[in-house]
Amino acid sequence: MSRALLEVHGISVVFGGLRAVDDVSFEIHDREILGLLGPNGAGKTTCFNAISGVYPPTLGDILLDGARTNGAPPHGMARLGVGRTFQIVRPFSGLSVRENVIVALGGPRYRGNLLRSLTSWRKKGIADEAGAILDRVGLLDVADRTSGQLPIGSLRRVEIARALALSPRLLLLDESFSGLRSTEIAQIEELIRSIREDGVSVLLIEHNMKVAMGLSDRVVVLDHGRKLAEGKPSEVASNQAVIEAYLGRGERGNVA
Amino acid sequence: MDYFATVATLIVIQAIAACGLNVIVGYAGQISLGHAAFFGIGAYASAMLTTKAGLTFWQALPAALLITMLLGFLLGLPSLRVREDFLAITTIGINFIVEAVFIYTPFFGGALGIGGIPRVVVMGGRLGNNQFLALCLVFLVLSLALCRQFARAWAGLACFAVREDETAASSMGISPVRAKLSAFVLGTGMAGLAGTLYAHYARFISAGDFGFPVSISIMSMVVLGGMGTLFGPLLGAMIIGILPEIFRPLIDYRMFIYSVLLLLMIRFQPGGLLGDSSLVVGLLKSLKKLVKPKNIANPREIGGDGDV
Ligand SMILES: Nc1ncnc2c1ncn2[C@@H]1O[C@H](COP(=O)(O)OP(=O)(O)OP(=O)(O)O)[C@@H](O)[C@H]1O
Ligand SMILES: [Mg+2]
Repeated sequence: MSRALLEVHGISVVFGGLRAVDDVSFEIHDREILGLLGPNGAGKTTCFNAISGVYPPTLGDILLDGARTNGAPPHGMARLGVGRTFQIVRPFSGLSVRENVIVALGGPRYRGNLLRSLTSWRKKGIADEAGAILDRVGLLDVADRTSGQLPIGSLRRVEIARALALSPRLLLLDESFSGLRSTEIAQIEELIRSIREDGVSVLLIEHNMKVAMGLSDRVVVLDHGRKLAEGKPSEVASNQAVIEAYLGRGERGNVA
Repeated sequence: MDYFATVATLIVIQAIAACGLNVIVGYAGQISLGHAAFFGIGAYASAMLTTKAGLTFWQALPAALLITMLLGFLLGLPSLRVREDFLAITTIGINFIVEAVFIYTPFFGGALGIGGIPRVVVMGGRLGNNQFLALCLVFLVLSLALCRQFARAWAGLACFAVREDETAASSMGISPVRAKLSAFVLGTGMAGLAGTLYAHYARFISAGDFGFPVSISIMSMVVLGGMGTLFGPLLGAMIIGILPEIFRPLIDYRMFIYSVLLLLMIRFQPGGLLGDSSLVVGLLKSLKKLVKPKNIANPREIGGDGDV
């Protein structure tokens, strides 16, 4: 395994009196798929929010490529090459699917230059590039539909397409499979593997154990904000503490 | 004829201000209830520059625009950082403060206001009422063109993204404050333009012309016509400008009527008369279909119009 792309050093995120994330550390290497697992309310999404700059960690450090990034705003993290999706999808509902992608795609080209930012992006080049990304996630046929009208399966792909449009080095996927049909699940699994082949590291949160264990090179398990276990999927699946965390409280049926 | 020109000019000036507010509210989704403050800043800047500094309208205009946009930037920056629901309150505050500054500063003529503002001179001749109306129309067309360009440009797309979902926009690399500020400065600039024209139209201005009720009436125009549409603010300005002329006896109740109108629109037609799912647009569409059953292009001006 090569050097760490992302290092999370003892981060805690505190909401009022609640330690949603409590002294969690892990790293992701280049081209690695790391699963972030845990029962409901374990603090997985909060970890994503800390890494992507939505809530800066109360304690601890986040390093991207060796440089400390905590305190950077979400748009700063996006520019550093961290793309993310949202567990509760957040499409730009009034915009077309293609425009959703262009929002992410156009930044490096247009922002920071007044004149350029006031010229039209409705040109062939960027629209085609967005089209290529949409083709990859299987949304090209609905590219010019208003995104708010699409079903959840398509919205999950819109989220992935937008994140890909940032040309990320690290992709954070928050339950990108939830609400999908089994054929769709297989397609997205294939997509995630191909994204990794392109040299992108992937951190994914997933409740479907079959999918999570199948895709991940390694997994980190959280419970009540603390790291419970870390290792190869097969090792972690047989870890007694992990089994108890899931079965002991029986939150979801889809363990094992 | 003069009566027509007087009413029409005021409507055109208010339409320019409403276009500006539409950029802020409709495009960037930021509720500003203090637009009249910037309308007033433009008017006062131009009035002072022409009456006290002896500039011509054409010299004062760019200076007034710059002053308004600079103040828009300075007042917008802290306001746009606060949580969204506070912005409405902050901008109301800005409106009252600016009005108070005009009233209580002798430099700005105090309660008496500023009189003797010169007429606009073009090629050595003072503009008559109809010519001034034509000039205002030219500026309205320019403002609409600017709005259209903004809506089709990257800066506009960034604003739409922020309006739809600020957190998601930020995670896609867009700085929400920057996007909102660009809309705010452009919108206040148009208010400044409208204010400058107003000063040379009224030729006497006082702080009361730019109070909070004026902000509400500009907001009513935008909501009525359709937030985020290109021509909505113009339609709204026409309706709200013409109604009091037709129903003179109701003029004392106009704030009440605007408020009821606002609430009714927000409840039953949130998109406005020209917006999505609008009764009027729906009716026009079905009429068009009756006339020629071919596929009609989407009349919506911004977002998803497919000419990528
Ligand atoms: N913004 C917030 N303010 C206060 N509490 C929060 C906030 N966000 C999350 N929490 C709390 O932090 C804890 C961890 O939540 P989080 O969303 O990270 O869990 P999760 O592991 O993603 O769960 P799930 O599998 O249900 O998505 C929960 O108790 C949640 O209620
Ligand atoms: Mg979650």
